Amino acid sequence: MARITLDHIRHAYGPNPVSDKDYALREVDHEWEDGGAYALLGPSGCGKTTLLNIISGLLHPSHGRILFGGKDVTNLSTQERNIAQVFQFPVIYDTMTVYDNLAFPLRNRGVPEADIDRRVRDMLEIIDLSDWSDRKAQRLTADQKQKISLGRGLVRNDVNAILFDEPLTVIDPHMKWVLRSQLKRLHKQFGFTMVYVTHDQTEALTFADKVVVMYEGEIVQIGTPAELFERPRHTFVGYFIGSPGMNVLPARLDGARAMVGDVAVTLDHAPQAAPTDKIEIGIRPEFVRIGREGMPVRISRVEDIGRHRIVRAEFEGQPIAIISAEDEDIPADARITFDPAAINIYANSWRIGAKA
Amino acid sequence: MEKTWNNKAWFLVLPVLVLVAFSAVIPLMTVVNYSVQDTFGNNEFFWAGTDWFSQILSSSRFWDALGRNLIFSFIILAIEIPLGIFIALNMPKHGIGVPVCLVLMALPLLIPWNVVGTIWQVFGRVDIGLLGHALEAIGVDYNYVRNPADAWATVILMDVWHWTSLVVLLCYAGLVSIPDAYYQAAKIDGASRWAVFRYIQLPKMKRVLLIAVLLRFMDSFMIYTEPFVVTGGGPGNSTTFLSIDLVKMAIGQFDLGPAAAMSIIYFLIILLMSWVFYTVMTSSDADA
Repeated sequence: MARITLDHIRHAYGPNPVSDKDYALREVDHEWEDGGAYALLGPSGCGKTTLLNIISGLLHPSHGRILFGGKDVTNLSTQERNIAQVFQFPVIYDTMTVYDNLAFPLRNRGVPEADIDRRVRDMLEIIDLSDWSDRKAQRLTADQKQKISLGRGLVRNDVNAILFDEPLTVIDPHMKWVLRSQLKRLHKQFGFTMVYVTHDQTEALTFADKVVVMYEGEIVQIGTPAELFERPRHTFVGYFIGSPGMNVLPARLDGARAMVGDVAVTLDHAPQAAPTDKIEIGIRPEFVRIGREGMPVRISRVEDIGRHRIVRAEFEGQPIAIISAEDEDIPADARITFDPAAINIYANSWRIGAKA
Repeated sequence: MEKTWNNKAWFLVLPVLVLVAFSAVIPLMTVVNYSVQDTFGNNEFFWAGTDWFSQILSSSRFWDALGRNLIFSFIILAIEIPLGIFIALNMPKHGIGVPVCLVLMALPLLIPWNVVGTIWQVFGRVDIGLLGHALEAIGVDYNYVRNPADAWATVILMDVWHWTSLVVLLCYAGLVSIPDAYYQAAKIDGASRWAVFRYIQLPKMKRVLLIAVLLRFMDSFMIYTEPFVVTGGGPGNSTTFLSIDLVKMAIGQFDLGPAAAMSIIYFLIILLMSWVFYTVMTSSDADA
């Protein structure tokens, strides 16, 4: 297990990249702790798989270095980096038995047969496939196959990191929960460094200690699920995390007030921004209260999703989503108030903190 | 669910039954009809029972041709299957090389069989052929018209040239269907080149290889046109395969009865061999 250092990594697929647009991965410069569970979250094409392949060594970055536990591995092959990877579709060796599948990476490395037997039997126990050890791997279900893929990584007890590339895509919904909790348990038990790529926010948030949100080839925020929810550093994070996402409204700053259209929104501080900046305020639907007081809105639709209701409304010409409790009364001429502590101010899409 | 019985459903399979009857059953039955009768022309037929069958099965001419055919098919499979796999493994998977290779590979398959025969007949001639002349020039005593070994070498080389492409194309189709993740996983698992072939590529190619082996066996076992054009079955009878012998008997000597009996035996052998290949090659799938 090792700490992963991404030292000013950039990657372009085409030759001679000139502008930022040519890069599939713009500058990434971070250090990921040993034993951490990191989820790479982002929409398709945001560069998360590129970053994963750079870590696994399937891709060589155009610029920058990558270090495992302080050792430069940029020029090492996948094999030499000693990592494990679980792919989107289960990769198993069809013609081998479950036992042989797990023994395969050890046999390739010339581990003594007695040692292999002990480790494979332990691993079969851990992934709950002991009863299946002599079966042909071909006949297993998708979730069992994914467990074998994972087991093939874990059986080499010295791996630096285990990488997951959307591993639950082909798994049935009810098995997803089972596998996810098993994986969490294994992570606690073994403490391996884990990098998990997904575009499913629930998966990322329930799974990882730190969620790495990527957008257009950049890491826009690394944080705990709570940080991503309460203090999104970029409007994209606000919009991408949460259901529905954060309301982002264009505004003008006026001391400790923000003007949205003609309405003044009270802030709990006076943010500092250059006059040329494009200012937006972000407020999560959870922190907007609907009632008879406050700022006027025009309700266009109410979606009742069981636990609560989502009110879609128009506020100063801007669409806004409000979460309201099931039993809450929605008056005909509704008005809304924002929780001042939950308002985030964005200048050019990036969050500006409380005044210095 | 309750099964519904409705005899009208038979009408739906009637078109297929009629087609198969005309294309296969009726011609086959005509042959069966000839095989149990004798004729001296004038459309007069006499009952011959199983005479022709016992005559064929006890003639050394039939067994010699069958033996030559088996050896020929065995050599063809032994060369074309490994060579086809080898070429397919080394073909490019991306880029401009793909269409170029595919077209090159498809070329021999597009040439009519008698033209293939003619090409090699000319190519191998010592007086005007490129191959024959070149071999003679470097001092190799080569003459497919006089020397049985040379005739065999020419026919085999011609078949390898003509048909290895088929094996290549089938294997290549199997190979490109393997997702990249398999190769990446194998890298991560530290698999050697041989292990990748043995545990990833070969299992994925198995289905198409079965088809390749069956097709190449049946085709090589029925080979007629190309050796007929090149050697005409000679020198002597050295390249007289079953099909060539059959045509000599049916058309050359007009022995319809024996020829029909031989056709049926020939057909049954191919059927049996194909079944054996199929059973052997799919047997490993059966165990769970």
